[in-house]
Amino acid sequence: MKKINLNMPEVEVRENRLGSITGFQGNAEELVKCSGSGKLCDQKRSFSQCLDCSISKAACMVTLIQDAAVICHGPVGCASCLHEFAFTYRVNAPLRNVARPTQRRIFSTNIGEEETVYGGGDKLAESIRSVYKRTQAKAIFVLSTCAAAIIGDDIESVTDEAEKELGIPIIAIFCEGFRSKVWTSGFDAGYHGIARKLIKPAEVHRKDIINVINFWGSDVFTQWFAAFGAKPNYITPYSTIDSLSHSSEAAVTIQACPTLGSYLGAALEQEFGVPELKTPPPYGVAQTDRWFRELGRILGKEEIAEQLIVQKKAEYLPQLEKIREKLKGKLAYVTAGAAHGHALLSVLRELGLRAVGAAIFHHDPVYDSNTDEADALAQTVRDYGNIPNYNVCDKQEFELVNMLHHLKPDVLLARHGGMTLWGAKFGIPSLLIGDEHFSMGYEGLIRYGNRLIEVIENDEFVKNLEKHTINPYTSWWLEQKPYTFLKGEG
Amino acid sequence: MDICKNKKNNSINQVRYGCALGAFHSVSAIPGAMPIAHCGPGCVDKQYMSLGFYNGFQGGGYSGGAVIPSTNLQENDVVFGGAKRLQELIEASLKILKADLFVVLNGCIGELVGDDVGAVVDQFQKQGIPIVNAETGGFKGNNFIGHEIVVKAIIEQFVDKYTAAHSQKQKGLINVWSELPFQNTFWRGDLAELKRILQGAGFRVNILFGNNSEGVEEWKNIPKAQFNLVISPWLGLSTAKYLEEKYDQPYLHIPVLPIGADQTAEFLRKVVNFADHNKQKAEEFIAAEEKEYYYYLEHFTDFYAEYWWGLPSSYAVIGDSAYNLAINKFLVKQLGLIPAKQIITDNPPERYRPAISAEYQKLDTDVSAEVVFLEDGYEINALLENVNYGHRPPIIFGTTWERDTTKKLGGSIVEVGFPASYEVVLNKKYVGYRGALSLLEKIFTTVISKSA
Repeated sequence: MKKINLNMPEVEVRENRLGSITGFQGNAEELVKCSGSGKLCDQKRSFSQCLDCSISKAACMVTLIQDAAVICHGPVGCASCLHEFAFTYRVNAPLRNVARPTQRRIFSTNIGEEETVYGGGDKLAESIRSVYKRTQAKAIFVLSTCAAAIIGDDIESVTDEAEKELGIPIIAIFCEGFRSKVWTSGFDAGYHGIARKLIKPAEVHRKDIINVINFWGSDVFTQWFAAFGAKPNYITPYSTIDSLSHSSEAAVTIQACPTLGSYLGAALEQEFGVPELKTPPPYGVAQTDRWFRELGRILGKEEIAEQLIVQKKAEYLPQLEKIREKLKGKLAYVTAGAAHGHALLSVLRELGLRAVGAAIFHHDPVYDSNTDEADALAQTVRDYGNIPNYNVCDKQEFELVNMLHHLKPDVLLARHGGMTLWGAKFGIPSLLIGDEHFSMGYEGLIRYGNRLIEVIENDEFVKNLEKHTINPYTSWWLEQKPYTFLKGEG
Repeated sequence: MDICKNKKNNSINQVRYGCALGAFHSVSAIPGAMPIAHCGPGCVDKQYMSLGFYNGFQGGGYSGGAVIPSTNLQENDVVFGGAKRLQELIEASLKILKADLFVVLNGCIGELVGDDVGAVVDQFQKQGIPIVNAETGGFKGNNFIGHEIVVKAIIEQFVDKYTAAHSQKQKGLINVWSELPFQNTFWRGDLAELKRILQGAGFRVNILFGNNSEGVEEWKNIPKAQFNLVISPWLGLSTAKYLEEKYDQPYLHIPVLPIGADQTAEFLRKVVNFADHNKQKAEEFIAAEEKEYYYYLEHFTDFYAEYWWGLPSSYAVIGDSAYNLAINKFLVKQLGLIPAKQIITDNPPERYRPAISAEYQKLDTDVSAEVVFLEDGYEINALLENVNYGHRPPIIFGTTWERDTTKKLGGSIVEVGFPASYEVVLNKKYVGYRGALSLLEKIFTTVISKSA
């Protein structure tokens, strides 16, 4: 089944395209089995807390392109949080060798009551013109919103006309929040726009360029790829419109997180002929071995991969034993987005901790590459065993609180805002790392292990806070089963 | 109550406020109150991340951030309506969460598809559950407008039930309507200081929002207050007028938030005169506070008079009208700095603008300032770059958005408004006696750190 269709303005949301779900309770092995046999059914919640939405995810992928501008077509609130990406761009610029991070160009069409009656198309057209005049951006992305979709603005026509008028790519991205419960659908929407309108068919194929689909993680790949005589082409944070448009020329595409890059990795392979490295990213020793071997195979440089593996293992693995001794038997709970959650589950178990459970934001039974080979959950189960209390829970704090209350882990590992807080409130040392490359590779295990030891040892703040925490949840709720409000088919 | 409207405007760069739904922060700001959102999946998260997180990193607390129940409306609900989902959500919220008051906020989706949220909430009200409904679709205006909608809803649908007819007003009890919680990065410390000085002057205070409020119980006492005190250029005025009609409560409007000893004393005397209440106690308090204030100011003067590497003499303030006016007053009257350009960014309703502008004409007996109303960051920064600041680089009181321009101008920046992404704020305050001292510390630490 082909999941990529660049002729359509919109990409199908994950629920429909991949069969992704946001509710499941059980264990990891069960979920892998259900996914494989096509027996996965979503469950819905009769109580839910605020989620994330696709707009933020699409915005995240396009705002951080160095020379683009972004217009959020909707009420002002849909754009009022986008300054978080202006902040992120600056904070992380040193990790990506951007010496002078420039101001992000973020605009809102600020539609009001009048546009909800008469339509906001004219206002959008006017905004695109003024944004171009002001910024001279190399491309302008237009994000749709719930309100714009409900009032029926024809964004695609407006952007097409503006593109003709201004002569730069004006890219409509359809990412209305209400279309999907799986907010990572917004990444797909952003990438779909990029693949449709920016990436040009390759004129040359270069052996020395490797696409890296990631967030803002530190630049570990320049050093890793040097051994293969190649350089990373980062997509999309800190990229340029020009570098993105040449992504089709790369020798291979790798991903820091297949939940993030599923769609673009597959689009680059299927539509532009760039092979995608499908095995999950290199978290944990065994998977790092596989990943380097697979990279070597695709590049036709198997020997270099073998040498690199031997060399790196000799350098880093001896340090691992000491770390394992300190962390052995500690109980960890993970809450994170899907693939990165799976990565953390591998990392923590490699480091000698025991996973007592996980609340993972959604589950994709398959990625756009449509192969079992990419199944990161299956991989961590194969490599390190089953995970009990593995639940699919889209940032539902009440379920997390209930779980932590019962499981009482020694440490909480997270990758997303808004959840780590409860670790601290329960006196559980918690670790949230924004740099997704931090625990990657053999050296990443050492880095992450040392950091984890630090976090567990330095629990003074959380132990003290625990004594003074006020809890908004009723004692009735804390004594219920955590998935009481998860029911039936969605 | 007439709900205000923002002035209509074009697309904006560098957004400086949230949407009407963002006013769920005003609910989270009331101890014991819990918002319930009937909106799209990302709406609450977006408003929280912008107003509560990357704005002083204020945090969600008891009933903010990830705690907030939300229907997270989906395509199905857009087509068939989401009222049923809301009912289910409220039922579950009552079991799972502890609160003295629930406030349901309707967002763009619910309003556009016409969900009858009022009817859903009404069923619960009829069962005696403390719950109200506010129509805060994001397209209706910014979070200032949303705040007025929320406040009105709570008074009309909740407070009013606890009002005995012709109940006795309590002399010396004041309802305070001032800064917008969370939007103003320093609201928690500021409201605490306002309560402290009013109490010091002999009043009992319904501060209504923040840690120093008695929460929902305090809201029930709103009708008993002797009068309403609006301390802001415009926000809260329509609430005060509404309460005047509803409960025959007079109001006193003081547009300038007091910063520093002179302003604060003047402020307290105005309140005392209006209330005709315990003048002696207020004077004693003022004297005691001034003794403390000037102790510090005297020591500060060694630095202020003798720092021979130069301090800025001109400034610009870019921010919400309340802080903009207050800081202007303080800088002109207390520090003798020279106002260059003042930019008000909260999009006040048209009808209040002439009065706000007029305040800048009388900053001091011989000082006025040029003021403009702008929300678009591109225009704001273009304007700032083309102001004559005299021969020394200025100090800019603004937001994170003004950092690049400040660098270009070679100036210093103090972040005083949304978004303040380079400030970590706990209970820091900039108003009253104590706030003025921390503002002085902040200004001059920033200025001298430039060479560090």
